[in-house]
Amino acid sequence: MIYGTGLAVVLAVIWWVLSGYDKTLLLSLGAASVVVTMLLAIRMRIIDRETVPFFRLATLIPFYTWLGGEIAKSNVAVLKAALKPEIDVTPRLVRVPVDAQSDLSRCIFANSITLTPGTVTVEVEEDAFLVHALTPDFTGADGFAEMNARADRATDGRRKSS
Amino acid sequence: MMVWVNLIAALCMAGAMALMLSRLFIGPTLYDRVLAANSFGTKTVLLLLIFSLMVGRSDGVDIALLYALINFIATIAILKFFRYRSLEIALAQMSLRRAIGGDDE
Amino acid sequence: MTVTEIILLIRDIASIALMATGLVFVLAGALGVLRLPDFFTRMHAAGVTDTLGAELIVFSLILQAGFTLLAAKLLLVGFILFLTSPTATHAVANAAHRAGEKPLLSRFHPKHPRDREGDA
Repeated sequence: MIYGTGLAVVLAVIWWVLSGYDKTLLLSLGAASVVVTMLLAIRMRIIDRETVPFFRLATLIPFYTWLGGEIAKSNVAVLKAALKPEIDVTPRLVRVPVDAQSDLSRCIFANSITLTPGTVTVEVEEDAFLVHALTPDFTGADGFAEMNARADRATDGRRKSS
Repeated sequence: MMVWVNLIAALCMAGAMALMLSRLFIGPTLYDRVLAANSFGTKTVLLLLIFSLMVGRSDGVDIALLYALINFIATIAILKFFRYRSLEIALAQMSLRRAIGGDDE
Repeated sequence: MTVTEIILLIRDIASIALMATGLVFVLAGALGVLRLPDFFTRMHAAGVTDTLGAELIVFSLILQAGFTLLAAKLLLVGFILFLTSPTATHAVANAAHRAGEKPLLSRFHPKHPRDREGDA
């Protein structure tokens, strides 16, 4: 129920931002479209913890600001590799082990690897990702482990104590 | 002053789009071309944004928003078509079949 | 010079700086896509463009738009680009990998044309 309310609020805000109307008739039409979208979503049974991640923003936003710093750092390295007068790259394909509590955590970890320039997730397997890296500098095991732990903490709010 | 900055930015973006277009034409494999097309679409979105702020009409931003969404869907659709040679198969069904142990094709 | 003018000047300078950095990243990405040797390495160059360059340019435009509804729309465009570009990159990479595209895994370091002439 709380996820449904959150989805409705976000839909209404997006409708208002995209249209910018303030007349009563048009606003009521917007409300009607939100209701129809909610009915469709309920009928499709897609409202649950995974699909409405707005309540985890408190932990997701610090994670993505940290990730922004990482992106900026490795972007400069890729920039140098692409602009050198003589191209000198040593591509690597490495298998990164994944320790994730949930599907969402795995998904965010894979997405973070792809977002960081210089490394791209090529294949998702049961307990590992196949990662292609531009140079061996990007494939430090510590960096991946740290990103995995942070992604896990960001999605679940805590590590399970089991 | 900002108009000139935006004009220079738009011209740079057009240059980057031309580079991407040449990769689209000479790209040896299909995937090079798909990648170039996707990147070209991203640059088109940026060009639209810069242009609509330059001329001071906010309609361009709506078009850019739509273009970003269509660009993503088009990339996925092209990849799906060249993998399964059909658009009528649900992706969920294919991944299910793969998980059970069947092959891709 | 009033306070408002100074604030506007600072805003313009920040916007120009963000725009210039973003353009450098976008152009470098485009050049990298042309110059790098094989598909998987080109993918990285395209990633530079799509993540940081696009976001920097969008933020620069948000600074120009000021605190309006237009800025919210621009923020939404930036958010959509932020979500879709890594997904599209992964989709292309995964499709190429499954289709049996072999990545280049050795060191790629061709000599400069001038040096090669000197060797011969």
